[in-house]
Amino acid sequence: MKPSGYGLDTTFAALADPTRRAILARLAAGEATVSELAAPFDISQPAISKHLKVLERAGLISRGRDQQRRPRRLEPRPLRAATEWLETYREFWEERYRNLDALLGELQADEGGTQGGGL
Amino acid sequence: MTLHVTTPTDRTIVMSRRFAAPRPLVFDAWTQPELLRRWYGAKGWTLVECEVDLRVDGAWRFVSEGPEGARMGQRGVYREVDPPRRLVFTELFDDQSYPGVALVTHDFVAEKPSATTITSTILYPSPEARDIVLRYPMRRGVAEAYERLDEVLTGTNQKGTS
Repeated sequence: MKPSGYGLDTTFAALADPTRRAILARLAAGEATVSELAAPFDISQPAISKHLKVLERAGLISRGRDQQRRPRRLEPRPLRAATEWLETYREFWEERYRNLDALLGELQADEGGTQGGGL
Repeated sequence: MTLHVTTPTDRTIVMSRRFAAPRPLVFDAWTQPELLRRWYGAKGWTLVECEVDLRVDGAWRFVSEGPEGARMGQRGVYREVDPPRRLVFTELFDDQSYPGVALVTHDFVAEKPSATTITSTILYPSPEARDIVLRYPMRRGVAEAYERLDEVLTGTNQKGTS
């Protein structure tokens, strides 16, 4: 039950920061330049660039073709992988507890059916 | 029956889940090896070794076998045994990637004669240890952030952009 591979770790680390999540949410609405991305935040453009570098290294964003504007765009694939991984873990506990539901049901049915049966 | 996961402090994870069974039975399911073997495995994992010395300072040991022969061992010592209300034990995985042991507390609350809620509090030796574990599964904030992001993604994919 450990995260497999370096990629997922990098994705989680990149997503741990609220500014970076906000950048991704903005990019989900369409590609944007660095200055467009910096506009809603009360932080400097170099600080935004640093966040963008982290996101880029994690494969969560890429740069568009336009050489002048260098717009950033969202790369949804690693995000999907991370979401799927989280879901897998949650399902693990849910499945385990569904097993317990079933067992508790059986045990109660046994108790009702046989007198003094014991385990 | 929903599984709730929260992180009330930087060293803890709390999970809570309701079961349609009387409290003594739910407590037994967590403490009797013959019952544990019947439900503890999930997603291709099976509990193949299960030793329980159910008393304060008594040891427990679980070994699970998973897909492609993978093995996962965990062990600990019971700190508090108060059937059917409370069970407290230490937990250490054979190949865990952080130092120290976690302390697990299961509180069994009888909602009705036939309904029991288990609240499990896992206290990690350090915030770092908890964060290593949280990187795997259940940091609620992150999970929720993903969900929000997912909503944004699916919403805007359909709308397109101007």
